[in-house]
Amino acid sequence: MAKVRGTGFAAVNYPTGMHLGGDPTQSLIHMTPAGDFVCTMASVDLGQGLRTVLAQIAAETLGVPYESIVVETADTDTGPHCTGTFASRTTHRAGNAVVMAAAEARKAMLEVAGELLEASPEDLETDGAGNIHIKGVAEKSVSVGEVAGAAHFGYGKTIAGRGAYLKPPSPMDPETGECDPDSTQAHACTVVEVEVDTETGVVEVIDMKSVYEVGQQVNPDLVKGQIVGGSWMGIGHALYETTAPGYPAIDPAPVDFQNYLQPGAAEMPEVACEVLEYPAESGPYGGKGVGEMVTNGPIPAIVNAINNALDVRITQIPVTPEVVLRALDEKRAQAEG
Amino acid sequence: MEDKLIRLTVNGRDEAVVIRPLATLQDVLRDTLELTAVKSGCGQGGCGSCSVLVDGELRLSCLTLAERAEGAEVTTLEGLNETNAIVPLQQAFVENYAAQCGYCTAGMVVAAKALLDRNPAPSRDEIVEGLSGNLCRCTGFAPIVRAVQQAAQALSDTGEEAS
Amino acid sequence: MSMKELGVVGRNVGQRDLESHARGQTTYYEDVHYPRMLHLKMHRSAEPHANIVKVDTRKAAASPGVVCVLTHEDLPGKKVWNGLAAVGVGPEDEPVLAFDKVRWRGEPIVAVIAETPEAARAGAAKVEVEYDPLPGVFDVEEAISGSAPALTAHWPHNHYIYPDDHAASQIRFGDVEKGFAEADHIVEDKYQTSPIEQAPMETNGCIAKPGGDGRITVHTNTQAVHFARDNTAAILGLAPGKLRFLGGTVGGGFGGKVDVAVEPISVLAAMRTGRPVKFKYTREEEMQVSSTRSAWRLYIKDGVMNDGRIVARKITSYQDSGAYLRFSSYGSMKHAGHMPGPYTMPNVWVDARVVFTNRPPSSAMRGFGVMAASFAIELQMDKVAKTIGMDPWQLRLLNAYRNGDMRAHRKVNEDAAMVETIQAAARLAGHELPAEYQAMTSWDRKAS
Ligand code: FES
Ligand code: FES
Repeated sequence: MAKVRGTGFAAVNYPTGMHLGGDPTQSLIHMTPAGDFVCTMASVDLGQGLRTVLAQIAAETLGVPYESIVVETADTDTGPHCTGTFASRTTHRAGNAVVMAAAEARKAMLEVAGELLEASPEDLETDGAGNIHIKGVAEKSVSVGEVAGAAHFGYGKTIAGRGAYLKPPSPMDPETGECDPDSTQAHACTVVEVEVDTETGVVEVIDMKSVYEVGQQVNPDLVKGQIVGGSWMGIGHALYETTAPGYPAIDPAPVDFQNYLQPGAAEMPEVACEVLEYPAESGPYGGKGVGEMVTNGPIPAIVNAINNALDVRITQIPVTPEVVLRALDEKRAQAEG
Repeated sequence: MEDKLIRLTVNGRDEAVVIRPLATLQDVLRDTLELTAVKSGCGQGGCGSCSVLVDGELRLSCLTLAERAEGAEVTTLEGLNETNAIVPLQQAFVENYAAQCGYCTAGMVVAAKALLDRNPAPSRDEIVEGLSGNLCRCTGFAPIVRAVQQAAQALSDTGEEAS
Repeated sequence: MSMKELGVVGRNVGQRDLESHARGQTTYYEDVHYPRMLHLKMHRSAEPHANIVKVDTRKAAASPGVVCVLTHEDLPGKKVWNGLAAVGVGPEDEPVLAFDKVRWRGEPIVAVIAETPEAARAGAAKVEVEYDPLPGVFDVEEAISGSAPALTAHWPHNHYIYPDDHAASQIRFGDVEKGFAEADHIVEDKYQTSPIEQAPMETNGCIAKPGGDGRITVHTNTQAVHFARDNTAAILGLAPGKLRFLGGTVGGGFGGKVDVAVEPISVLAAMRTGRPVKFKYTREEEMQVSSTRSAWRLYIKDGVMNDGRIVARKITSYQDSGAYLRFSSYGSMKHAGHMPGPYTMPNVWVDARVVFTNRPPSSAMRGFGVMAASFAIELQMDKVAKTIGMDPWQLRLLNAYRNGDMRAHRKVNEDAAMVETIQAAARLAGHELPAEYQAMTSWDRKAS
């Protein structure tokens, strides 16, 4: 016997935001006397880059430099309510709240700028580089810093904004399940090639290619980071991970990384990915959530590839060597049948 | 068993610390010296988040008795920050997005430094092997491997050391 | 959607925390140092199902370095709780600290607070609990078979009861039996996922620090600071304003840090002792005590036409909730609402059940309810393709949902781009599609 190869793929969709909505996030933005902005949130950054993404969204709406935005997170004393970081909701929910807060702050900023330039706020535009000028008249310009100084020390005004995003709760009909569950859906399709050692039952993922459709990306590098990390976690889920290897028995019960197995760098193939952008109506600048769906395509794609390689029908995860060998035994028994 | 005074050099500074019986080097570094880049992802020797250099060798500080580090020269990730400039290895981590939550990162950078110190031009397999004691739950390892490859390249271009 | 030219949205501006991570300067919850900080360790159930006959904490309290011992009798507010009680999900079924009974191995019974982690661990080991073991049930279908003992009085048949006395979160769309009768093929299978640990590199933990003003600051790695604060206040019967929850960067979450498992008891210990108290899960606790991704068992039955159209899909699924509810009823609703995946079918029937077993309570993880659904559906699609001898790419494209389609939960589909995503993946993988499949779009259903 030998090593055999197979390919498999899977197509998945994933909802953005908590199921049925009702999960608010709020945002407060204010301008400092120096002309930068503090965006205060209670949302929590788990490493996905929330602070970066929200700063980008705030800068976009305010029309000021990205570098001039500070994002403060995770403090119940200062941050307005956020339901939490889960359900692929934060870019969408917090992002929308930031858009609203930033729009209100921008309005206040342009009002002060209008007084300084003796123009109506509607006739002003921002250049994204820290200046505000009269539309079409680049010389009639003030810097955001000058506006900040005037607002604080000249007019005694706040330049600030509040944002609150809520997808209203939609109950699920207990009989039919009728509901409005999500804000939008993101999509992915993952193609995998595996090599299976029919002697040992060991599966190696040798190639993984994915296409994702996540609406407008706020930060493509961070989207890619999620996709690559999720691809790896998908390999873990498909082939290794369980807290109950004898499920449903509660023993054995791994308590350390020697017995709770995960793939290492050696088990990680090159991951190719392509990202399509079909902006979502409800998303901040069309963004959808991507954080969770990234394991969902690789797992079935890997199992489909194993079944394809061996011409067997494995329907459980993790597909450990033992599961592979059992499937091969069954196939042999059937053939001899 | 009684508390004991030990002396060691940490990131170039002489330290004298009182240790409890069976205290680990991790306890001394994290709790006593407040070098919090030394993480504690498992305390079992299984994750590498507590990696440090002891006399230039890569060690898991959670499995190293503090007593055994008496007189040793210990380097934590903070030791790479002595100058304010970010070193090429750290810069490579930044440029390659080799961290998300960052919890594994200090251990990874230290393990990568140990590798590059003894093998300035590692192959991909040697990098994978050199980092095999360090887990990361976020990045999928690929960006980390790339970061170390880039750092090795940068070092060979400039002839500098890893830090 | 038409959009004005974007400036910084859509650009790669780096990731703000990376340099701080690479320099080891990011502050996580446990990177604050307080003098005279105490450490909390939990004495946990050694039995998966038992009556508690007696709890004796005297030896633990007398153990060197132990400052305080807390049992259910010390809880000033709730004895049982559920995190979603404030939004009307219930009943509250999970003891904060076990009293009459334990229902899973690892259930917290007594908290021991001491000067050092070692002293707390040694003290916790000296708690003596006398059990009267009960038969346990670990398999979801066995649990609801009628022959298994009921875990709690809330669920006489060991499954969650949805509104109007429904045993499952349901989808009823069209008439599946009629669809099966019309179908050329019936394709059925059973699918099983495993309990999986979120395994963030940083385990669950918090430090509760009493301030001079009567407030307590909690440094925590929760994924949801308000949720954790408000639940902690509710459990302890405190005015929420007494608590400040402070996060920062969290060392990975993946759904594993929403259980409010460490904060309430740490706050209580800090109130009792007047000193900062740290409670950090060991890796062992993270693996076997903190809630896992729920294991799911699914049965799928499809009615399929010779041309590849799936005309009926019936799904019965069992979410293994472990011993208590936590967020499982939400998870099964999300699971049911996701069916039948990114495909349009005229007849869909779903029963998604939450089942209680003597296993560690399960909860959310990256893709709650949906990961198991996608897993089973995408394996099922391959089986359908094989059964009728159709290219699996074409099968998916043919059935993929389009904009304007009615989903099984009766919402008209929008923002769909499944067709385009599959086509692009086929190109990336070098899989040739016939011209008519290449020409499909997510906007063509009404035209076809
Ligand atoms: S903490 Fe030392 S190896 Fe995990
Ligand atoms: S970046 Fe989170 S564990 Fe590596």
